[in-house]
Amino acid sequence: MTKTVRGALLGAVFVTASGAALCSGTAWAATIKVGVIAPFSGPFATAGQTFKQGIEIYQAQHGKTVGGDTIEFVYKDLDQANPAQSKALAQELIVKEKVGYLAGFFFTPDALAVAPLIDEANIPCVIFNAATSAITEKSPRYVRTSFTLWQNTVPLAEHMAKQGIKKVVTAVSDYGPGIDGETAFKQTFEKGGGQVVDSIRMPLKSTDFAPFMQRIKDSGAEAIYAFLPAGPTTLGFAKAFSDTGLKAAGIKFFGPGDITQEPDLPALGDAAVGITTTFNYSQAHDSDMNRQLLAKAKELFGSSDLVTFSTVGAYDGTHVIYKMVEATGGKPDGLKAVEAVKGMAWESPRGPLKIDPNSRHVTQTIYLRATERKDGKLQNTEIASFPDQPDYGYKGGK
Amino acid sequence: METVFGIVVDGAAYGMILFIISVGLSVTLGLMRVVNLAHGAFAMVAGYIASYAAQGLGLPYAAALVGAVLVTVVATLPMERLLYRRIYGSANELSQVLLTIGLTFVIVAGINYLFGPTLKRIPLPDALLGTVSIGPKSIPAHRAFVIGMGAATILGLWWLLERTDFGIKLRAAVDDPNMAAALGIRTERLYMATFALGTGLAAMGGVLGAELLPLEPYYAIRYIVLFLAVVAVGGAGSIFGSAAAALALGIVDTAGKYLIPNFGEFFFYAALILILFRWPHGFFHGRGA
Repeated sequence: MTKTVRGALLGAVFVTASGAALCSGTAWAATIKVGVIAPFSGPFATAGQTFKQGIEIYQAQHGKTVGGDTIEFVYKDLDQANPAQSKALAQELIVKEKVGYLAGFFFTPDALAVAPLIDEANIPCVIFNAATSAITEKSPRYVRTSFTLWQNTVPLAEHMAKQGIKKVVTAVSDYGPGIDGETAFKQTFEKGGGQVVDSIRMPLKSTDFAPFMQRIKDSGAEAIYAFLPAGPTTLGFAKAFSDTGLKAAGIKFFGPGDITQEPDLPALGDAAVGITTTFNYSQAHDSDMNRQLLAKAKELFGSSDLVTFSTVGAYDGTHVIYKMVEATGGKPDGLKAVEAVKGMAWESPRGPLKIDPNSRHVTQTIYLRATERKDGKLQNTEIASFPDQPDYGYKGGK
Repeated sequence: METVFGIVVDGAAYGMILFIISVGLSVTLGLMRVVNLAHGAFAMVAGYIASYAAQGLGLPYAAALVGAVLVTVVATLPMERLLYRRIYGSANELSQVLLTIGLTFVIVAGINYLFGPTLKRIPLPDALLGTVSIGPKSIPAHRAFVIGMGAATILGLWWLLERTDFGIKLRAAVDDPNMAAALGIRTERLYMATFALGTGLAAMGGVLGAELLPLEPYYAIRYIVLFLAVVAVGGAGSIFGSAAAALALGIVDTAGKYLIPNFGEFFFYAALILILFRWPHGFFHGRGA
């Protein structure tokens, strides 16, 4: 009898001890997985590549561990805007890979699609790009480290109105961010005393921009405000603008900086010269952190030509994830993790950043840039800066 | 008035690019009765070859264009012998679709593996970079060049099929292969030559049209619908039909985008439906070249 009791007690002690050992083991040497959904193939593959480079640069500078936990990134390819596929991939990451964080998302619809999943699984989702203001309203677990169309457009429209420009045509891709850009521009520019004489919404799939150029020409505007998603479409638009003689006719070209993102500049060539943009990051940004980032990119990938806004979006996003892991001690608690980074401010290669506690979007400096040729290479030269710009579009721009 | 003129010129330029690529498909479909869904893939392959020749080897544009057409034709001829020859004739439609769509997937994956997923460009020579003024309208020189090449293609094909021995034999072989063979026409060679012609036209269109239909691995699948639409509207096998269809669709699409941009591709497909209602076999079915 006593023997059995003693045996049971011993057993219990042994089990508890080893259990405790196991638990403490996981506490200081776990691997925390971050699932990254982005385009790694297809026409927008460069975007995925820049995300990956941003993450790898950050990890190379700051190590792969946070408080003993190893951070591992798992990449999933989503070649185009496809919400159903995005949801399926997110589910796979959460259920099979057991990721603690979701990240990436180049397109708005893909980011929106995972809202119910991150709420149910209680995991944070750090958006590296998708720029429609409304996204962060859909779940309290979204945090965004990129920019929004409102954020870039409001200072641009104010600047244009101050320049004395009166008549403008807006030409945007017909989808969420494009319409955000159009609304933001119209509201701000008309408040500043200007007039939007025509608003063109171009199908997302357009490859032939000649008809839109004709329309711009016929409207008699002095300048255009254009937004298209970075990549092949933008390239076609900017080329058509110069090829159809609008540039020669003296019409000024303004837009958010996606239009002249660094990887596209060589292909754009002189068609890009003279485009004025507002954006949160330029490769030519003058700061030590930016120079370190570019040097690291050169060391890791042989060239820093690809470094652009989506690279720093991912770089700063990775920083946020590291801080979340630190704040939660590596334990899975999405809401606590998001709570911990609200109001967080830090210095990034693009300038000072702060996560707005309400919109969970970064408040940042927006720069006015002119595209020009310097030492034979095209670059976006910053000519003015507008500090502390929030996401003006949060809750519908009110 | 100026606006209407502008729309017509832009539409014609767009239509001509559609025409150059689609007419090859019309030739294989109308004359050889092969639904070649890999047609877009052949155009894409030529585009990639030209891009590599111009950027990787530093060849001038003209050499890259001619080289790409030749390499594509030579590379696809073994396919004619090994694969396409087995599926000629209208009795094999299902196997044609299965074989050629399979071939398309293989080519898409192959291009993706070899050249990567990013957009490739074919740098234009300086002569094609500026703008050309047509009346009050200025259009990119490259588009004017494409319109010229399209017009030359129409005339060249018409002459080849209507005015040469080759054309006469080919039309005979299409109408009645057995009788043509009995008369001593070597139908197999003829088919091979026609296949090469179709592929060559696809290749030329792929290279010339790269500014408007940008080169990426999914090109083959993305644009085949456009090419099939042109052939369906024009009538399979008809050169003038393809030209008329491509121009009509190009102008309708351009006008739609100009007038109501947020309707997107609506006008293109609406025109397609209406035309096919009125002419179910296309504009020029069974008549002339």
